[in-house]
Amino acid sequence: MVADTDVAAKIEAPPRNTVGPIAWIRTNLLSSWSNALLTVIGLYLAYEVVSTLIHWGLISATFTGADGSVCTREGAGACWPFITAKFAQFMYGRYPEPERWRVDLVYLLALAGLVPLMIPRVPGKFWNALYVFVIFPIIAFFLLVGGVFGLLHVDTALWGGLLVTLVVATVGIAGSFPLGILLALGRRSKMPIVRWVSVSFIEFVRGVPLITVLFMASVMLPLFLPPGVTFDKLLRALIGVAMFAAAYLAETIRGGLQAIPRGQFEAADALGLSYGKKMALIILPQALKLVIPGIVNTFIGLFKDTSLVLIIGLFDLLGIVQLNNADSKWFSPTTAMTGYVFAGFVFWVFCFGMSRYSQMIERRLAVGDRR
Amino acid sequence: MAVVTSDRGRRQATQANFLYRPEVRQVIYQVVLVVLLVAFFYTLVHNTAANLRKQNIASGFDFVDRTAGFDVSQALIAFDSSRTYGRAFLVGLLNTLLVAGLGVVVATILGFIIGIARLSRNWLIARLATVYVEVIRNVPPLLQLFFWYFAVLKALPPPRQSLSVPGGGFLNVRGLYLPAPVPEAGFEIVALTMLIGIIAAAAVYVWARRRQRLTGQQFPVLWTSLALLIGLPLLVHLMLGSPLAFEYPELKGFNFQGGMVLQPEFLALLLGLSIYTASYIAEIVRAGIQGVSKGQKEAALAIGLSQGQSLRLVVIPQAMRIIIPPLTSQFLNLTKNSSLAVAIGYPDLVSVWSGTVLNQTGQAVEVILVTMCVFLAISLVTSAFMNWFNRRMALVER
Repeated sequence: MVADTDVAAKIEAPPRNTVGPIAWIRTNLLSSWSNALLTVIGLYLAYEVVSTLIHWGLISATFTGADGSVCTREGAGACWPFITAKFAQFMYGRYPEPERWRVDLVYLLALAGLVPLMIPRVPGKFWNALYVFVIFPIIAFFLLVGGVFGLLHVDTALWGGLLVTLVVATVGIAGSFPLGILLALGRRSKMPIVRWVSVSFIEFVRGVPLITVLFMASVMLPLFLPPGVTFDKLLRALIGVAMFAAAYLAETIRGGLQAIPRGQFEAADALGLSYGKKMALIILPQALKLVIPGIVNTFIGLFKDTSLVLIIGLFDLLGIVQLNNADSKWFSPTTAMTGYVFAGFVFWVFCFGMSRYSQMIERRLAVGDRR
Repeated sequence: MAVVTSDRGRRQATQANFLYRPEVRQVIYQVVLVVLLVAFFYTLVHNTAANLRKQNIASGFDFVDRTAGFDVSQALIAFDSSRTYGRAFLVGLLNTLLVAGLGVVVATILGFIIGIARLSRNWLIARLATVYVEVIRNVPPLLQLFFWYFAVLKALPPPRQSLSVPGGGFLNVRGLYLPAPVPEAGFEIVALTMLIGIIAAAAVYVWARRRQRLTGQQFPVLWTSLALLIGLPLLVHLMLGSPLAFEYPELKGFNFQGGMVLQPEFLALLLGLSIYTASYIAEIVRAGIQGVSKGQKEAALAIGLSQGQSLRLVVIPQAMRIIIPPLTSQFLNLTKNSSLAVAIGYPDLVSVWSGTVLNQTGQAVEVILVTMCVFLAISLVTSAFMNWFNRRMALVER
């Protein structure tokens, strides 16, 4: 009996084929014949992709040189000196060189406001938001455009590269916010004409491609204004982008409004709040918080869509890369590929970062729900 | 506490009440909105008319009957520079529909494969699919188009050093050259059997469903349909001595002659749009399959269905209900994104009509409004069709 208990009490190590790396490979890669076949196909695909990338980007790539001739040899990979030489252009466009510190300062100021705003634990969200949404845009505007406080005026025609991409995307989403909220409220209004106007605007804009909206902004907008009034090309694009984004944002916010329980509306009414106060103090704060992930996704979409402004003659990051790809000094078979890979990587870093952030917020909100 | 007794006081009270009534307020707000909108549009029309007069631009749609005077690189219907602007519009519209239609098919197939791969029990396959989705989804579609067009297809060798494609095709900087099918005498009979096959397969499907409902007996519909759809025409085709010939492209001088050619602009647009949209469709498919509760599959296995049957008869029909609505909006996005063609010179609606025709006539208002209406119409027709399809697939609750 004693011996029996001893045997039972002795802790055995789990069988070798259920734990550890070998067991992991068995269950996840080789559980059956078809699974093993898939693994082989997957390995082949992964090898092809990774080896092509390494070969193109590192082994057969060119790292130094003064013009495209260094990249013209047979089987040459990436032409990295093209990126190094054009880097400043890709970032600032033709923004005058001695004034570029202003752009950098704007980026710094933006980061100083955005980073604490995006980290949920940092206190003082109200003042932080006030800075990001009211004070910062004013400072940024004067810093970038200039013409006051002894700053040299820089025409928007000289702006380009990542600067234009960021300006179009952020101004687009910020400008579309008020209109988006109004449209979302209008769509849920009890007044038939208000609802009808909101629905037609939203469905019209969502039904047409951004290019046609941009064409409209760049070709038709000058016709709509009183004769003799003209305005900036960048501003025209911004108006088009903001109108487009407003329709998408309105649908996102409507989702949030629909998720607010009826009791919240009724409680606000019972307190005797007016419509404006009910929305501004009770409903919208809750609804907007719910749809932060949706808003970030709209922003990601908008960020990618900013590349379309090159079609109406603005030079965003993609536009400036496209322009430089045609530079005869850097002519080589791999210049275009290198330029696109670089631009693609920059876009990817921004979009991927934002989508990860939105997933994090989503998880945080889900935690609140489960409580 | 004061009791309103005087006539004036009572009148004031009712007036105040009147203005504070929600119905009255709503009417006032809406009247103000209508007045503002009318004033806004009146100003727009007024300004536009003044500007057009000043710039000597005609208005109206008379220009559609004028001679276009430009050529289009790819046209599904006969077109040359002596045709009208109206015809150019049709050419552009058909090109848009062609690339959008093919793009939807390719993106759906690719998207379903990758979406299912993301759920694979094979770790490596699931990871590869995730990498695909995360990379493709986060890069602008226009950049991807440029990549395929300028960096890949335009970097291909010239015709003399063409890469050969299995089956007698060639790939070079001028596009993809494929053998073109040429029907010979007797091919009409094959086409006719194809039609008969389709009708017969449909009849078998209806009959088998009815029999199963009445008797519970199953009938191998899939194999019978395949035999009728593919086997029958193939048999007739072979019996008649293969009345379908292929014209192969051949290198003559500096270029290929014969066969059919898919132009690089078209290929780049199709590749770019399909690959981009597939990454979204993959996520929709994954969410749809994951949205079917686990109990459904376990129940299906418990009543003795095989793995394949439980997937085909229980999981997929339920997943489709979740998948279809967002899939519709992806199809519409792809159609709208096909307007990016203008950036690489594929002659789609936006490129031919709001590009060339707009530049030649200068009638921006008419041209852009027509373009927008076409896209709106495509959106409405697609969503109407998908809503109908969705209703058919929706849960029938008893």
